[in-house]
Formats: sequence, structure tokens, C-alpha cells
Amino acid sequence: MSDYVLPLIVLIIVFYGIIKKVDLYDAFIKGSKESFKMSFTIFPNLLAMLLSVNIFVNSGLLEDMVNFLLPFLKVPIEVISLMIMRPISGNATLALLNTIYTKYGVDSFYSLLGSTIQGCTDTTLYVLALYYGSVGIKNTRYALRVSLLADIVGIVSSLIICYLLFF
Amino acid sequence: MVSKIWGYFIVIGIVYSFIFGDVIALNETILNSTKTSLELILQIFPVIALWLGIAEIATQSGILSKLSNSLSRILHPLFPEIPKNHISLNYIASNIIANLFGLGNAATPFGLKAMSSLQELNKDKTRASRSMITFTSINTSGVTIVPTTIIALRILYKSNSPTITVISTLISTLIATVFALIIDRLIAGRYHE
Repeated sequence: MSDYVLPLIVLIIVFYGIIKKVDLYDAFIKGSKESFKMSFTIFPNLLAMLLSVNIFVNSGLLEDMVNFLLPFLKVPIEVISLMIMRPISGNATLALLNTIYTKYGVDSFYSLLGSTIQGCTDTTLYVLALYYGSVGIKNTRYALRVSLLADIVGIVSSLIICYLLFF
Repeated sequence: MVSKIWGYFIVIGIVYSFIFGDVIALNETILNSTKTSLELILQIFPVIALWLGIAEIATQSGILSKLSNSLSRILHPLFPEIPKNHISLNYIASNIIANLFGLGNAATPFGLKAMSSLQELNKDKTRASRSMITFTSINTSGVTIVPTTIIALRILYKSNSPTITVISTLISTLIATVFALIIDRLIAGRYHE
């Protein structure tokens, strides 16, 4: 079903362009050309973000913290790590989700919970750095506060809803 | 604030690695970041080129504004600063539509276009405008109907019901988004904007 979404969008846009007599090829090239400039602006932002996040994540501080907290919590370490890492790194959480699927089974409660957490929020820090960095904004004011609070709310509601639906 | 966190992550990460971690791995991490980011940009760049091309056709034919006009009725009260019929609302709407269908790759170029058109309206170019913050708040709370990556991954692991988490994801993401918008309103109000 979802395989049809992408081709259908392309089909509708191009077909509508033909009806409206748009110079399709020229329009496509004109729009596409902008991607060079855009990619050049986002590259330093990507590099900066990856550098900082990787140094932090790979230092093992988070893992040690989770291990320390683990006896007080009744959820597996991978799920806790997933919650903490979600706003920071999309790649790291996807790797964690893979681990959870393999370890507990793809249809287990923890996998369903992990899938919900992964799906219901975005990689906040990355999106903010990319979006504000691309237009040269230094002072992001309360953007991070709002987004991180929303992430916490998303994770907590995932927990509650998964308990209600799947447990 | 992002800039401060960026610095803290590096300082804390390096110091912690020195004390408890693996210094050789730290060297690799630092050097590999350049490689990984280049790989990432090489992955994203063609996708951006594709979607900006398609988006330009959609803009010229008028289908983009037609589509987003229906969405902008809902969006306009959230972005009172944006003048009616300004192109940035179209990009915001396109970004949200792409996110709704789980087309994260298509969402990013629209999001970046939305930011640059919001920047045109922004009075202080170094400071985030209220509309920008509302936009990124919606974006980071991750509104989505079809979480494509998750479904694909669940199919890969031979799940009995790959789409079972669609409902739980939809409810949680709705709660998070509504909450983000409320907090955004409250804080913006405190700044008298």
C-alpha cells in the first residue's frame, strides 16, 4: 500500500503540470539546481552535529548512567537508552531498535514500545541544528526547550499508550 | 542554546573518554565524523535535487498552493506573523504533508525552503522568529500517519503485524504535537509576541 504513495505523488504533480502547460523540464532543472547551494550550506552543520554527538555518545557516559539507573527501573537497558538517545541521534536509536527486535522478538511488548517511541518523535537536536544552521540563525531562543519538552511528552505517552494497548 | 549543548557534548565526551573510556576509539570517532557526514550528504544531496525539481514543477503548475491552501486554513492561526498567500506557508504545508506520509527525505528539502522563506520575513536575521520556532516545534514532534522506516524494519524482521504500531504512534505523536503547540503559545505569549 505505502509503495504507491511516492510514485503517485510524482505522477499527480507531473500530470497536473502537463494540464497546466508548465515547461516541465525547465522547471525541474531550475528547482534541482538549488540543491547544490542547499547541500553546501547543510554540510558544515551535519559535520558539526555528527562530531559532537558521536564524541558524546561513544564516550560511554550515557551507557554508564543507564547501567547505574537500571536496578531502579523495570524496563530493559536498550529501551531506556532508546528513550534517552531519541532526541540526540537517529542512527543510534535505529541501531538500538534493531537490537531490541533481535533480542526480544519483533512482536514482543518491548519491540512495540520501541517502535512507537522511534516513530512518534524526531531527532530534535539534528533537525534544530540543520534548520536554524541553514539560514544562519545563532540565537534559537526557546526552540530547544519546546522541542525537548514535546519529546518527553511523546515518550511518556508512548509508554502509557503501549501499556494500555499491548501489555 | 544548541551551540552551548554542542560544546558541552564535546567537552564532556572527551573528558569522560580520557578518564573511563577508550582513547583510541575516541581518535577514530573524531576522524570518522568527517567521513560519515560526507556519506550522509552524498545520500541526501541527490534526494534534495530530485525533490526540489519536483517541487518547482508543483509550484509552477499551482498544485502546491492549491494543496496547501486547504491546509493553510488550519495553519494560518498558528503562524499569525506570516502574510496571507506568502510562499512560506506552502512550504510548511508541504513539509507537514511529506512528514505525514513518512517521506522524511522529501520533508527535509521543503523544511529548509520553509526556513529560508521565513528568514525573509524575519526582522533580526540572527534570532529565531516566532514562526520559525512554531514550525520547528511541529516538525520535531514528528507528526506522522505512516511511519515508513519502522514498518519497513518490522517487515524485514518478519513481524506478524508490521503495521500494528501505527495507531500507538499516531496517538502519541498527536499528544506530543498538541503539547508542543500549547507550550510554544504559552512561551511566545510570555515574550509578548
